[in-house]
Amino acid sequence: MSLGMAKTGQRVRVVSIDAGRSLQARLSAMGILPGVELTVMSGGARGPIVVAVRESRVVLGRGMAQRIDVV
Amino acid sequence: MARRITVALAGNPNSGKTTVFNNLTGCRQHVGNYPGVTVETKEGACSWGDTELHVVDLPGTYSLTAFSPEELAARTFIVQQKPDVVVDVVDASNIERNLYLTTQLAELGRPLVIALNMTDVARARGIEFDLERLSILLGVPIVPMVGSRNEGTRDLVAAVIRVATGGPALPPRHVNYGSEIEEEIERITRTLAGDEPGVASVPTRWAALQLIERDPAVEHAVPPQSRAVAAASVAHLEKVFGGPVDTVLADRRYGFVSGACQEAVRSTAEARHSISDAIDVIVTSRFVGLPLFLALMYLVFLVTFRLGGPATDLLSQGFGGLAEIVTRWWPSGVDPAVRDLLVEGVIGGVGGVLSLLPNVLLLFMAIAILEDSGYLARAAFIMDHLMHHIGLHGKSFIPLVLGFGCTVPAVMATRILENRRDRLTTMFVAPLMSCGARFAIYSLLIPAFFPLQWRAPVLWSVYLVGVALAIAGAKLLRSTALRGESVPLVMELPPYRMPTIRGVCIHMWERGREYVKKAGTVILALSVVLWAMTTYPRAPEDPVCERGRLDATRAFHEGVRSLSSIIGIPTESETLSRVLLSRSGGGRFTTGGGVIPLSEDGRSDDEDASTSFLSMLDEVIATRERMATANDPGSGGGHGVAGRLLHQAGLTRLAQLEREDPHLYEAVTRYLDRIERPYRMAVDSINADEHAARLGYSLGGRVGRFMEPALSPLGFDWRIGTALIGAMAAREAFIAQLGIMFAADGNASSDVLQTRLRSTYPPLTGFAIMLFILIGSPCVPTLVVTFRESRSWKWPAAQVIGLTVAAYLVVLFVNTLGTLLGIGTATIG
Repeated sequence: MSLGMAKTGQRVRVVSIDAGRSLQARLSAMGILPGVELTVMSGGARGPIVVAVRESRVVLGRGMAQRIDVV
Repeated sequence: MARRITVALAGNPNSGKTTVFNNLTGCRQHVGNYPGVTVETKEGACSWGDTELHVVDLPGTYSLTAFSPEELAARTFIVQQKPDVVVDVVDASNIERNLYLTTQLAELGRPLVIALNMTDVARARGIEFDLERLSILLGVPIVPMVGSRNEGTRDLVAAVIRVATGGPALPPRHVNYGSEIEEEIERITRTLAGDEPGVASVPTRWAALQLIERDPAVEHAVPPQSRAVAAASVAHLEKVFGGPVDTVLADRRYGFVSGACQEAVRSTAEARHSISDAIDVIVTSRFVGLPLFLALMYLVFLVTFRLGGPATDLLSQGFGGLAEIVTRWWPSGVDPAVRDLLVEGVIGGVGGVLSLLPNVLLLFMAIAILEDSGYLARAAFIMDHLMHHIGLHGKSFIPLVLGFGCTVPAVMATRILENRRDRLTTMFVAPLMSCGARFAIYSLLIPAFFPLQWRAPVLWSVYLVGVALAIAGAKLLRSTALRGESVPLVMELPPYRMPTIRGVCIHMWERGREYVKKAGTVILALSVVLWAMTTYPRAPEDPVCERGRLDATRAFHEGVRSLSSIIGIPTESETLSRVLLSRSGGGRFTTGGGVIPLSEDGRSDDEDASTSFLSMLDEVIATRERMATANDPGSGGGHGVAGRLLHQAGLTRLAQLEREDPHLYEAVTRYLDRIERPYRMAVDSINADEHAARLGYSLGGRVGRFMEPALSPLGFDWRIGTALIGAMAAREAFIAQLGIMFAADGNASSDVLQTRLRSTYPPLTGFAIMLFILIGSPCVPTLVVTFRESRSWKWPAAQVIGLTVAAYLVVLFVNTLGTLLGIGTATIG
C-alpha cells in the first residue's frame, strides 16, 4: 500500500520509492530508503503526514507519501 | 609567527552547528531551529594561543549531492578551498542520520574531526557512547560537546590543531560498498589516475563514486574517456541491482554507520522524542493546529505593541528634547540652514526611525522564539494543506514567515525550496508579508489614527490583507507564468527545544544592530537627500507672511501695554513686553521655568512689579499644564480617580492664587488667554502656511504635486506622494520623510508627528497609507536580492510594476468604498 494510506501509529517498512533522483537522494539522506522501518506519527486522509525514522521526525507532503510504497 | 588554520564547519541542519560556530569564534550569528536557516556561508576568526583559527560555517546539509545549492556550495568549498580541517558537527541524540553525512565528508579526503554535540540530550535519553571505539571504527577523532552550554569548545580546538599540524592520526576507514561496486570504483579510478585538470584536486575514489551516482557536476569535470567508462559501469550496476545505484550506495553508507553504532553506541531507553511527540499531538492536530497558529501570531503582535509602546514613547520624547536643545542653543553665528539640516533632516529623520527600535526588537524576539523553539517547522506542516491550494507547499511558508521580520532574508531563505517555480513564486509574494520596517510605519500611524481598542485589530487586518494578497498572487503565478507540478514536501520536524535567552538575545542584538546601522547609513543619507529635496529650491520670502508676523507682534505689545496699569509698570516701558515675547518663543512652544532676569538695561524701577507678574504667570502656567496632563488619557490621566484628583487640586491652586492677588491674577489670565494665545495661534498658522508654501516650492513638493492627480483618488495628497517616493528606497524613509515634512518647527518626536497627522488626514487615509506601504513596490535591497536569487532582472521588474499596480488598485478600492460608506472619513484631531 502507499504510505499515504497508513494510519497514525502504524509501523511500516518501505518497499520502494517512486521519485526523481534528486528527491530520492534527499529522502535517502534523511534516512528514508527501501528496507527502512517507519512509524507513522500523524497520518490521515488529507494533508501532509509525519513519520518517525530513526531519531528524526520527517514531514512528507501528501503527494510524496503517495509515492512511497510500504508494507 | 602565529599559525593560521582554516576550519570548515559542516553538519546537518539542527545539529547545533551555528552554536558551535558562535562558541568558537565568539561571533554573533543567528541560531535557527528549522531546516535551512544557514543559507549563506558565514565566516569568523579567533585566536587560541598562538594559533589563529579561520572558521567557515558551511550551510547545514543532510548529504553532499549536487542537487541542492547548499550541498553543492558546502562540497565545492571543501574541494576547492581545501580547508586544513573539516569539523563535522553531529547531533549525538540522532547519531545514525548525522553520521551519514560524515561518511560523505570523509570521502572528500580532508582531515576530519567530529564534534559530537548535544551529548547532554543524548545522555538524558539513555544513549551511551564508547567514543574511543567509535572513533576507531569511523577513522575520525571525536570530541564530545554541549554547544548550548559552551562545553567542549577547548577540546575541539585542541583536536583541530592536533589534526591540522599532523599529529598522530587514526588509520582511515571508508565505507565498503560491496564487491560489485568496489570493482567498478576501481575500474573508474584507474581512468582518473592521470593528473587531468578537472580531477587533479579531488580524491579519485570520491570522483569515481560521484560518477557512479551520475553526479552532473563531476561528469562535466572529467575527461570523456572516464565518462564513457563510468557510463558502462553504471549500466552494469543497474542491471546487477535491478534499479538505480544511488539507493544502493545510500544503503551501504547507512550499513557502515549502523555497524559502527551497534558496536559503540548503546541505547538503554526506548522512549525518545516523547515530550516533543506529545506536544505535536496537540500542536499539529487538524483542529487545534490552525487556530493555535493564528492565535500565536496575534499574540506576537499584541505583545509587541503593548510592551514596545512605552519604550518607544520615551525614545521619541528623547529625540524631541534633543531637537529642542539643538534649536535653542544654536550659536547665532552659524548658518541656520545647517541647524535645519541637523534638526529636521538628521534628528527628525533618523530619530523617527530609531525611536521605533523597541517595537522592532520585540518583533524579532518573537520570531526568534518561534524559530528556535522549533515551532516554525510545525507551522509549515500545519500550513501545508492550505498552501497546496495555492500551488505551494508548507515549506514555502518558512520564508514567508521570515518575511514578517525582513524581506531580504525571506528571499534568501527561499533557497530551501528545491524547485525553481516554487522558489520564484515564493520570492515574488514574499514582499507582501509585512516586514519589520513596515511594522514601524504601522506603529507610527496606528496610534495616530485609531483609539486604543482598535489598534491591534487594525494591525491584524493589515497583515491579513498582505497574506490574502500573497495567496492570490501565488495562485495567479502558479496558474499562469509559473505553471507546473510542485515538488513534494520533505522536511524534518526538529524536536522542540527551549529557546535559550542567549540565543534569542543574540538574534535581537543582530537584528537591532542591523536596524540601527541602517538608520545610521542608508536612512541618514536618504533623510538628508529628502530634506534637501523638500527644502530646495527655497521659496522667496513672502511679504504677506512677514507682514502678518509684524501685525501679530504689534498686537502682542499693545495687549501687554494695556495690562501695564494693573501690573504696576510705566505704560511706555517695553522691557516686560519683550521678555514675554521672547518667552513665547516667536512661535515655538515654551514652558514655564525660573523667572528670566530682565534685560541688561539694568535694574529699572518696574523690575519688582514685573517679577511678581512673571512668578504668578509661571505658577499659573505650571498649574494649567498639570491639569492638562491630568485630563489627557494618553499620558495616563483621563477618567481615572487620580486624574480627577489632580484636576481638582489644580482648580484649588488657581483659586488660591486668585485670592492672593486678584488684580495680578486677572492680568495673568488676560495675558495668557487674550494676548499670548491669539498671538501664538496667529504665528503658528502663518508658519504653517509658510512651511506649506516652501514645501510646495521645493523639488520634492513639485514631484509630489506632479503625482497628485494620480494619487488623489486614493485620498493621498502631494505630501504623502513625496514620502512614498522615499519609501520605495527603504520603508523607514517614509517615517523620516513625514517627520521632515510635518515637523515644521523642530519637533521631531513621533507624538508630535502623530498629532499633526491626526489633524491633517482622516483615519481612512491612514489605513490607505498602510495598505500602500504594504503592497507597493518592494524596497531596493529586496529588489537587489531578488535579482541575485532569480538571476534575472525580469523578476524584480515584475515586482515593481505588478505590486505597485496592485497597491494602487487595492487602495483605490478601499478608499472609494470607505468614502461611499463614510467610514473613517472625518479627521479626529
